[in-house]
Amino acid sequence: MDFNFTSMEQDVIDMLEDFCINEVKPLAAELDEQERFPVETLEKLSEMGMMGMYIPEEYGGAGLSYNTYTAANEIINKYCASTGCMVEVHGSLVTWPLLTYGNEAQKQKYLPKMASGELLGAFGLTEPGAGSDSSGQKTTAVDKGDYYLLNGTKQFITNGYYAGLYLVFAMTDKEQGNKGISCFLVEKGWEGFSFGTKEKKMGIHGTSTYELVFEDVKVPKENLLGKEGDGFKIAMTTLDGGRISIAAQGVGIAQGALNELIPVIKARKQFGRTIASFQNTQFKVAEMQTDIDAARLLVYRASQMKQDHKRCVKEAAMAKYYATKVANDVTRMCLQLAGGIGYTREYPFERMMRDAKITEIYEGTNEIQRIIIAGELGIR
Amino acid sequence: MGFPLEAKTKDLWVFIETLHGKARNVGLELLNPGRRLADIQGGNVTAVVIGYNCDEAVKDAIAYGADKVYVMDAPVYDHYTTEAYTAAFVQLVEKDCPTTVLLGASNTGRDLGPRLAGRLRTGLTADCTALDIDEASGNVAWTRPAFGGNLMATILCPNHRPQIGTCRPGVFKKIERNDTRTAEIVKDDFVFPAEQIRVKLLEVLHEAGEKVDLEGAEIIVSGGRGVGGPEGFAPVRALASALGGVTGSSRAAVDAGWIPHSHQVGQTGKTVGPKLYVACGISGAIQHLAGMGSSETIVCINKDADANIFSVADFGVVGNLFEVLPVLTDLVNKSKG
Amino acid sequence: MNMLVCIKQVPDTTEIKINPETNTLIRDGVPSIVNPFDAYALECAAKVKDANPGSKVVVCTMGPEQAKVALKECLSVGADKAYLISGREFGGSDTLATGYALSQATKKMEELEGKFDIIFCGKQAIDGDTAQVGPQMAENLDYPQVTYAYEAWVQENGTVKVKKEVEEGFEMLELPLPCVLTVTKPDYEPRYATIKSKMAANKAVIPVLSAQDFELDLAQVGLKNSPTRVKKTFTPPRKSGGIVIKEETNEDSAKKLFELLREKNII
Repeated sequence: MDFNFTSMEQDVIDMLEDFCINEVKPLAAELDEQERFPVETLEKLSEMGMMGMYIPEEYGGAGLSYNTYTAANEIINKYCASTGCMVEVHGSLVTWPLLTYGNEAQKQKYLPKMASGELLGAFGLTEPGAGSDSSGQKTTAVDKGDYYLLNGTKQFITNGYYAGLYLVFAMTDKEQGNKGISCFLVEKGWEGFSFGTKEKKMGIHGTSTYELVFEDVKVPKENLLGKEGDGFKIAMTTLDGGRISIAAQGVGIAQGALNELIPVIKARKQFGRTIASFQNTQFKVAEMQTDIDAARLLVYRASQMKQDHKRCVKEAAMAKYYATKVANDVTRMCLQLAGGIGYTREYPFERMMRDAKITEIYEGTNEIQRIIIAGELGIR
Repeated sequence: MGFPLEAKTKDLWVFIETLHGKARNVGLELLNPGRRLADIQGGNVTAVVIGYNCDEAVKDAIAYGADKVYVMDAPVYDHYTTEAYTAAFVQLVEKDCPTTVLLGASNTGRDLGPRLAGRLRTGLTADCTALDIDEASGNVAWTRPAFGGNLMATILCPNHRPQIGTCRPGVFKKIERNDTRTAEIVKDDFVFPAEQIRVKLLEVLHEAGEKVDLEGAEIIVSGGRGVGGPEGFAPVRALASALGGVTGSSRAAVDAGWIPHSHQVGQTGKTVGPKLYVACGISGAIQHLAGMGSSETIVCINKDADANIFSVADFGVVGNLFEVLPVLTDLVNKSKG
Repeated sequence: MNMLVCIKQVPDTTEIKINPETNTLIRDGVPSIVNPFDAYALECAAKVKDANPGSKVVVCTMGPEQAKVALKECLSVGADKAYLISGREFGGSDTLATGYALSQATKKMEELEGKFDIIFCGKQAIDGDTAQVGPQMAENLDYPQVTYAYEAWVQENGTVKVKKEVEEGFEMLELPLPCVLTVTKPDYEPRYATIKSKMAANKAVIPVLSAQDFELDLAQVGLKNSPTRVKKTFTPPRKSGGIVIKEETNEDSAKKLFELLREKNII
């Protein structure tokens, strides 16, 4: 498929693919097994400039297009979904809102460090009582004149322990519900900011998923992102982009699984012939690749709209819903076709299947995505 | 003197590489094909021995088939240096230019050969695995692998003399030693001025313990990804030692840090041609095959019956190397009594 | 330090397949890569550059227009400047002719870039495996050489210290500048490009030196002036009919293997 990447963009994409084959893929099983965050990969990606690939050059980034960033998400996830999460949260959920809603001082202060990878981003919206329904926020930020006093707990925060900059949503005006949510830039190490339990998850074991605990954390006034009450808008528009990245993650996981399957079914024999030579296998492989390509088209449509600064609420939701469903269908089918060995941890299929599941849940469950799509069609 | 030269004789010269006055195998091996080619060309086989205190090497050269020996024996040649050896060799060629020169494709031969060919402005064919005489022209037909062993090329050097080639160690076998042979020994007193050697040897850093002369080894036992870790090389080493061989490895095991690169066989490692190559837990990537495909007998031990290594193996064991190797090592040790 | 790295664009020999019917090489669709040993040579030079601020690494290759892709690759991983030496006059050159042409081109590049202190080459190219061009450049330029170089350090006394791989291990050598080093596979990997270096390389304009641009004796280059000729090429016969051993137990398999090897007098 040709998404009209320039030769320069294509060079970067090829370079990343090469890097992933050599550095990301060999680590994937180990990260999963040991539930370990890929510090060394973060360092290398940072050195290469990948953490700031679409941050404008004036802020120390590479100034590449959003579509190139989408392609990067797809590629990394072909080899390791945990590493993919690390990049996605940093890029889509922190870099983008800072670029979009940050004032010049905030951008100057944080973006160069995010571009260099010195500061990894994390996104603190979800709470024990506020998942799909963000208006249930219990975290509060009280205006104390010179600063806001932040109190509360955030849950399931990706990059939790290893991040340096956290986008934290909190109620500044409870009466107003969603319109009373504000968004703050919180730095690691501030007094009163600590980590709770590390989550034990089904998949994406290589992500650092923690609880964030805020006890009387003083957030300077200049670290309010946007205006008071902008929080919900920031969260929702940010998640539109996040959904495109998660959709790209779904495409990546699915394509990665299918790519891994092909040599297996060509080599393994049953009843004296290769698994690949059975028509059932051929049908399944054809269906899977078609589904992946269809998902990919949805992803790049949404990505292109985002790149063109067009409203893409529906398109992002569709891409996320469909691509993550494909990721789950394809990884499950790949495991099935690989048979007994597919169920072992010698092969990556079971890991990919576990990793794929989260994509239907985080950054808006697929139920929420369908509500959004229906809503955009005027069905409420 | 104008280069290229014209051959003054129909002789074929073999460079006898020495180490501390002793001949290395590769030179002695080349006396064998050298003999065959010289007979067809109607000339002598001349050994060129350069070194220090190398009487023993001269004796070996004669015992393994040389008709004549040129000797340059001086302290300056004790340790190989590009400059002294090139000058010494060129000086001999200028005096008595042969039709053909054979060198081993060892680290030394591959350093000296191109420098020699460059100074003599003649052609060199590197890393040959087969030597013949082209019937039509009477030139040496040098056959060598290219493209990682995927292609063989036969090369001629029709109009330039001497025709030079380097040959892979271990490909040719020494003829049976005959100490009753005699030969003309010509001592050449050319001594390269030591002070003109620009490359100085500061230090020799040889790997502690095991010697890793893969290229000269007759038996190599190699481990790959399947050995699982540095400790997985223990049974591989045990078999190598029981067989009197050398331990090799695939790139995967080197990249994983389980064994130093000096053990690596393959495209970015050593090219080997032992009598017996035992591949343990090696899948047989084409890069590896490029390095060991010309081994006389290939044995593989791998739990995956579909592994590519089986396609080149004379004997392929489908099984767990950790169970097969100790039994095999035991049997080998017992058979030695 | 002013350094030159000579590279070659080669087909990725690991991707070459044999057509089983005609028993010939299938070269179509085989990707071109920077010869791996040349990539190590470039990294070796880049390390010297890192250790000696103010250094420059120039990279060159002799080849067709498409070889610019390989040069750009080098520009993204440590090279500062690249030259393509190209022209039909050079076509079919063997190693002696190539070594001569590169030596002459080097003199031209030195007029443009200043005198080179170290000339790096890969130990050999993976398509031809000849390992000759580096030493022959050294011969033509009358430079000292170290082949099978592993790593190099420029010393305060203006010499270069080189770790060389030999059959028995390593040697530490010292030689004056200028010199030629041919690099083997070291224990370090070539660096990755960064997005910015990749983008800069993508934009780079690579000057082409043709046979007319520098002093060159045309009677020493090209196919017909090369001393060696390829008489024929053929694909090596493949082994077939290997014996597969899979007994009930691993122990039995080991015994069977031992018997077979004994029978054939292999051990």
